[in-house]
Amino acid sequence: MNLILFTFIVLLGFTSYYFGRRKAYTIQSSKKRLTALPQFYGYYLAIWCAIPAFIIFSLWAIFEPTIVKLLVLSDYSNQGYLDDELNLIYEKTKSLSRGQFTGEITPFIEASAEKYLSLRSIAQSSKAVIVLSIIIASVAYAYKRISSNSRTREPVEKFLNAVLFTASLAAILTTVGIVFSLIFQTIDFFKVIPLFDFVFGTHWYPAKAFVRDSSEALDPTMYSDTFGAVPIFAGTFFIALIAMCVAIPIGLMSGIYLAEYASSKVRKYAKPLIEILAGIPTVVYGFFAALTVGPFLKELGTSMGLEVSAESALAAGGVMGIMIIPFISSLSDDVITSVPQSLRDGSYAMGATKSETIKRVIFPAALPGIVGSILLGVSRAIGETMIVVMASGLAANLTFNPLESTSTITAQIVVILIGDQAFGDPKTQAAFALGMSLFLVTLCLNIVALRVVKKYREKYE
Amino acid sequence: MNKNKEQLLNKRYRAERRFRLYGQSAIFMALLFLTIFIFKIFSTGYTAFQKTWLIVPVNFDAEMMMIDQNPSKEDLQDADYYDIALKSMADLDQNANDDQKNQLKRMVSYFFEKEIKNEILNDPSLIGKTKEVYLTASDDLDQVFKGNYPRDLPEDQRRVSDYQLKIFDHLVAKGKVESKFNISFFTYADSREAELAGIASSFMGSIFSILVCLMIAFPVAVLAAIYLEEFAPKNRFTDFIEVNINNLAAVPSIVFGLLGLGVLLAIFHLPRSTPLVGGITLSLMTLPTIIIAARASLKAVPPSIREAALAMGASRMQTTMHHTVPLSMPGTLSGTIIGLAQALGETAPLILIGMVAFVNTIPGSPMDPAASLPVQIYIWAESAERGFVEKVSACIMVLLGFLIIMNLFAQIIRHKFEKKWS
Repeated sequence: MNLILFTFIVLLGFTSYYFGRRKAYTIQSSKKRLTALPQFYGYYLAIWCAIPAFIIFSLWAIFEPTIVKLLVLSDYSNQGYLDDELNLIYEKTKSLSRGQFTGEITPFIEASAEKYLSLRSIAQSSKAVIVLSIIIASVAYAYKRISSNSRTREPVEKFLNAVLFTASLAAILTTVGIVFSLIFQTIDFFKVIPLFDFVFGTHWYPAKAFVRDSSEALDPTMYSDTFGAVPIFAGTFFIALIAMCVAIPIGLMSGIYLAEYASSKVRKYAKPLIEILAGIPTVVYGFFAALTVGPFLKELGTSMGLEVSAESALAAGGVMGIMIIPFISSLSDDVITSVPQSLRDGSYAMGATKSETIKRVIFPAALPGIVGSILLGVSRAIGETMIVVMASGLAANLTFNPLESTSTITAQIVVILIGDQAFGDPKTQAAFALGMSLFLVTLCLNIVALRVVKKYREKYE
Repeated sequence: MNKNKEQLLNKRYRAERRFRLYGQSAIFMALLFLTIFIFKIFSTGYTAFQKTWLIVPVNFDAEMMMIDQNPSKEDLQDADYYDIALKSMADLDQNANDDQKNQLKRMVSYFFEKEIKNEILNDPSLIGKTKEVYLTASDDLDQVFKGNYPRDLPEDQRRVSDYQLKIFDHLVAKGKVESKFNISFFTYADSREAELAGIASSFMGSIFSILVCLMIAFPVAVLAAIYLEEFAPKNRFTDFIEVNINNLAAVPSIVFGLLGLGVLLAIFHLPRSTPLVGGITLSLMTLPTIIIAARASLKAVPPSIREAALAMGASRMQTTMHHTVPLSMPGTLSGTIIGLAQALGETAPLILIGMVAFVNTIPGSPMDPAASLPVQIYIWAESAERGFVEKVSACIMVLLGFLIIMNLFAQIIRHKFEKKWS
């Protein structure tokens, strides 16, 4: 039904475009001057035909189920049912009306199923009638405006401009959506777990908070010493640190080499090859770390008499570092290339060698941009998920031994939320609280990094 | 004094060479990692494209199948194939005891019944005759045949018994074991049994998610980019939008997963585990990438084009829609493809919205539960069975293949169609 109506609106829209354009030609043939190109007359009529109808149509589609539900359940309103029971009754009603109900049919439910069906058919037909009359009214109005040869280009362009503007709001909406999805769960979480325990507690063991039935859910003593996030935060920064120990030297040196030393031929091939590393999906890195690097390090450690966990922080961090190399190398390459040639020439003229010029002149000049690129790399490392989930441990140990396993914010979110979740359970909320802290940390890093890079760019432009 | 100067100069030259060497070795290291990486994936994965079959004589005995001599199509559909399937496996060793018969049965996949059934459905005249049928070998024997399985382990640490190995070696010696191209890897859905697991379900899941992502992200991003580049007034609100876009581009992907879970599933009650939700989540993630690419290519259109159009009396909207946007399309499209390639490789947000569920049917629409290729890699990588290791590598090869094709395509569009303004 909805699909038919929708297709109908679209078809009418197209027809009215041609109708409007024809009208423009008839106006033209009666030796009057048009106020816009003929197709604008078409667009004008089409917009007036489709848009109001479409708005009503979508509003109806959004609100119809709620209103029908309210009306059906109004029969039960003063019988002291709980909300959950009412929902169940409504679900039964709906499945009965579709003929899919397999349970025991009570006369009550049968009556409301009939009511549901009759309400639905009233709603469907009145929707069709209202949408059609809206179309007729708005097309009649627009057609009158066209016939009197009033302006059509300006309204059409204003409408397009509004559409463009709305599209640009998508980015803001997404940010709002992120904050919105995180904040309520986080607030609920901190109602049960004190913020202090979360930020300074040193035991993270969410599996303990597994809720068997809802009566246990709000017993706060159960969660003491369960949601202390210090081991998680420490693990996150530790693994990021290992990653940066791999990525900064290799990334920075290859960036410098590509920008200053490499012949254009080497550059042409080496740069895209290194950037392939950035294009490989992280799950592939995770598989590599878990299946190749982890066991390899374990064997290496055993041969040297060291106790190495197969899921060591070193394996996860090291592979993560490889992943970040191209981010740092291409950003620092860009930054170094944009240092003005005059600085180099000045230094060479004083007799400095190339490496001295790089170390004493170019590097300090490019430092803000390089710091920015490193910060972006850190933010990647902190937000990286799959490598840690697959290659590092899932138990949160508070350790700074790279040979043991630790866990990170992202890995814990996945561990908690994989499979079915019950909203309202502190364990699920804990994942959102971790997500919130992740979002805030990376947001700060990104803002600082972007600002530093932007400032730097402005300096040499 | 002079000697001192020369020493100093030599020292400086040595430092120069050292520095250069650091740079070279850094590049070398990065490329080395890439090589090891690709080599490792290919060396473990290429065997997955072969599948091992046991050739077993099957006696299509009508009595055992509980049908008469001239059965109709329906009879054949409903016939009992388990007994003849079991018997043909047990007949491999005439003096097998019950336990050994059981082991013989486990040498082939649990699909053996169906494989025998297909044989007779294709050729009903086989009834009462004996024919050699190709049966999928169990994943352990498959690995043994490919040489991936250590045979020298003590028996209790192996999943293949000595007895099974003996029979298997006997079959190999008789030439009754064959390796063929593994078509089922591409046509079967996921399975708990490694020998029957394929990528069809996750492949379709990926395709549907990417299509949904494209349909949402591309129009919105292009319209947003046009507004920001051509129409937006320079004010605080525009700056705010820009800051938002730049930040979104750097938000960790898992946060988008939380968004999908907390808003799309919990509030809008969209169906869980489906490519529809996955696609919407991915579209929010690729939105900033496409906007940034589209803006860059709009910016690259020289102002003279706009000025010429305006001078001819076109309105700003006409100038943009008729001239600037078409000229910027190659850059926008290649940016879109690169954004989609990123989305195709994304795993974490899809896990959070439940696309990690075990799906053994091939989805027919974006509303059916499905996995995606990267999630399939994750699911198989977490499985303990040895047979899945090569499947993971093969799945990675397929995924990387797609990413390479998409990136090449983006390059071609950029180089072929983009106008160079000088």
